[in-house]
Amino acid sequence: MKLDPKVKRIILWSIVAAIVLGWILAYRWDADQTTAVASRTVRAAAPLLLGALCGVIGERTGVFNIGIEGQMLFAAFVGFMAASYSGSLLLGIAAGVAGAMVLGLFLGWAAVTLKMDQIIAGTVINVFALGFTSFYYVQGRTMPSFPSWSVPGLDGLPLLGKSFFSNPPLTYLAMIATVVVWIGLFKTRWGLRTLAVGENPGAADAVGVNVIFKRYVNVTIAASLAGFAGLHLLQSANSFDRGMTNGQGFIALAVMIVGRWHPFGAAAGAALFGFCIALEAQLQFNDALDIPPQFFGMIPYVTTIAVLAIAGIRARPPAAGGHPFEKE
Amino acid sequence: MTGATTAPDTPAPSGPRIDVGRWMRPALVPLVAIALGLLLGAILILSIGENPLDAYGAIIEGAFGSPDAVGRTLEKATPLVFGGLAVAFAFKGGLFNIGGQGQILIGAVFAAWAGFTFDLPTVIQIPFSLLVGGLAASLLGALVGWLKAVRGVHEVISTIMLNFVAANFTEWLVNTSGPFADPPATNPSNLARTPLINSSAEIPHIGGLPLGFFFSVVVATVCWWLLERTTLGFEIRTVGHNRHAAAYAGINVVLLTILVMTISAFLAGLGGAVETLGVTGRFEPGSNAFLGFAGITIALLARTNPLAVVPAALLIGALQAGTSLMQARTGVPPEIVDLIQAFILFFVAAPVVVLWIIRRRGQEEERLQLTTGWGG
Repeated sequence: MKLDPKVKRIILWSIVAAIVLGWILAYRWDADQTTAVASRTVRAAAPLLLGALCGVIGERTGVFNIGIEGQMLFAAFVGFMAASYSGSLLLGIAAGVAGAMVLGLFLGWAAVTLKMDQIIAGTVINVFALGFTSFYYVQGRTMPSFPSWSVPGLDGLPLLGKSFFSNPPLTYLAMIATVVVWIGLFKTRWGLRTLAVGENPGAADAVGVNVIFKRYVNVTIAASLAGFAGLHLLQSANSFDRGMTNGQGFIALAVMIVGRWHPFGAAAGAALFGFCIALEAQLQFNDALDIPPQFFGMIPYVTTIAVLAIAGIRARPPAAGGHPFEKE
Repeated sequence: MTGATTAPDTPAPSGPRIDVGRWMRPALVPLVAIALGLLLGAILILSIGENPLDAYGAIIEGAFGSPDAVGRTLEKATPLVFGGLAVAFAFKGGLFNIGGQGQILIGAVFAAWAGFTFDLPTVIQIPFSLLVGGLAASLLGALVGWLKAVRGVHEVISTIMLNFVAANFTEWLVNTSGPFADPPATNPSNLARTPLINSSAEIPHIGGLPLGFFFSVVVATVCWWLLERTTLGFEIRTVGHNRHAAAYAGINVVLLTILVMTISAFLAGLGGAVETLGVTGRFEPGSNAFLGFAGITIALLARTNPLAVVPAALLIGALQAGTSLMQARTGVPPEIVDLIQAFILFFVAAPVVVLWIIRRRGQEEERLQLTTGWGG
């Protein structure tokens, strides 16, 4: 089914209009609950978005990153431990991000230099992170909690104020990172070269781009975003728990695919998943439906599969993704 | 093989050139990988102030020190053989089944259901219960295969998501008001679990050794035969090597993809079923979250050869069986086994590193290109 771009644009904008209208109607109907769902949507979407952005950069540069889950978990653990022992939140964040970047560097080494199967490399990261964080886990520690920041002037807005302009710091970071990654990928020299490396590394190499170096740097930088995603989980839970990522790193990959490897697409995808999670929480909170809690627990995962089955069908990943670069 | 920090039957990691018998060559990288994994594990044990020799000594004693210990190792290895076979079988068809965990849960809970609901003569009851567990899990695999072949959903994501779905679903089945729940009469403290299976469904021990393990060896042999000696196996391997060429040659890639995932999930489901019928006797949620991942390590250690899956599973099974004694004797957390597995997985998947460490740079191994990208 090929659609005229004009028709496509009309459909897209009607969907956007319908969503906005839906929110407004829901707000008129029940302001409190709608606001609660909206703000929960944003906070559930933020870590998925950060993780998806990590995936976007990696794949746009030609490296699959199945290890986002492990990078998130590792960052959350290192961040928690550092913040807990030092008492400084900033130090915790720095340590967590650094931890994720070490695993990013490892992925670069495995995928680029060792030319290892990239999905296996990511699996190594996941198994290692789960084992490592449980091995060194210490029970009963606490950490300082994240502050909540309000944007003066904007936080009073109906619906939007509570959900977008009154959040803890890392939630804002997710929004900012989306714009930064978009500008970086599509408006700068670094980004255009990255895209070239991901689509046709041979050609990029021929015009003098250092493919190997580019992949190393990008995968490592991208891992910092997965690190922030893991720290965002810490921000919500305010403590570390074994296996606390619960598959969110993999949902982030689904968000990336649904968002067609584009930062704004990823934001839309993350919003959709965040909304499902928020709605689930609200319905469960209200006792609205007589459904066992285990079925509520399935919702994010079933949604992931359903959305991919419906929307992922014509998704085309960057051409060179998954293949090690062989210089000719 | 589970020697202390250096495996005794591995070539010493020094010297410019080691002459290894021809028959040893395929096993060289896995053996060195195991030794390196244990070495890195030893460093981590040192990092928490414990003695790795004590820890590994306890593992060896706990895994092989007595007839009981050997039986326990075989019991632990049994579901691992199935988990490894599931991953290896899917790899042969170019698919990565990372959902062994969920399929094992489904297999385990449905085998338990068949085991406590029916009471047929043992010779029928056991195969029937195994089949129920395997088939229930294979439905999950068929769904994954269909999603992959028809809807383009990458199996890594769908299988991971289904792990969480299966965990929730089985928890619901056996919660105190669920359809498979153990009734209050036999369950005074209201645990989430199924009733005990009927004795006709129990897989017996023969001479202290679990029969289930021998069954797993038979299944491994059947898998090998199916893959290497039949037309279907040839077609599966062709699709695994190159889907486009396979389609060009007239193979129905869509159907074969669904079939491979179905069989793979069936194998994982059998693993759960054997565990229920042979060891636990009932299903309880919250079993080892690493079973599914262990299957990946085992399949790669075996270089996706179904027959080699058996010794690989025995090794990991021995590590797991020995942990309880290690915990009793030392302060080393049991997760060390998972970490050692991660290291072994890395080294078997990166033979370049292993060959570099044992200085056999000339001998480039054929790289295992196992998985396909999102577009697949």
